[in-house]
Amino acid sequence: MWVDVLYFASLREMAGRPSERLHTAARDLRGLYLELRGVRGLTFPVERLRVSMDGAFAGWDTPLREGAEIAFIPPVSGG
Amino acid sequence: MSAFRLRSEPIDGDGLRRALQAHAAGGFCSFEGWVREQHQGRAVLRLDYEAYDALAQSEGDRILAEARERYAVVAVCCDHRVGTLELGDCAVWVGASAAHRDAAFAATRYIIDEVKKRVPIWKREHYADGDSGWIHPEA
Repeated sequence: MWVDVLYFASLREMAGRPSERLHTAARDLRGLYLELRGVRGLTFPVERLRVSMDGAFAGWDTPLREGAEIAFIPPVSGG
Repeated sequence: MSAFRLRSEPIDGDGLRRALQAHAAGGFCSFEGWVREQHQGRAVLRLDYEAYDALAQSEGDRILAEARERYAVVAVCCDHRVGTLELGDCAVWVGASAAHRDAAFAATRYIIDEVKKRVPIWKREHYADGDSGWIHPEA
């Protein structure tokens, strides 16, 4: 299915782009990240990230939705 | 009032304090986070903050709602800067007014602690030696 992926901070630098629309065979958010880890050379292990789908935090085992906007959230440093 | 806002202009702390004033409140507490000149021994020149706007807004709103649930406050708010900040600039402003001081202190502490843990905002530091890097704390 087609999904939009957003990259922030170090992930954006690693991916070389702020976002992308891609077709994935992954079934869930973890599968999507593992696929992109390889393709985009993302070095964060899953355990250090959070993930959101369509603007809400989601669990890594959440099934992907067609057309969803997914963001991988590296450790935050606001405040 | 319970508002979390991302700001690209300097934060107006006096205005926020006035907005939290109420005759029902006998106490007020605020916290300001300022841009410091050093981080882990390295001299810092300036910072950039970026946010995943939609999720930062909803998570910030959620934190303020939690503070209102947990503590007997009259009003709370938090402004967080995005963009480039110089040394001494205010990066984040948290305030709470309450009938009594215990709730004002506790709510302020809760809000800044949770913002730092949860809200999708990232800081990039620019160092005096010419290097720069995103800050991603270990758990």
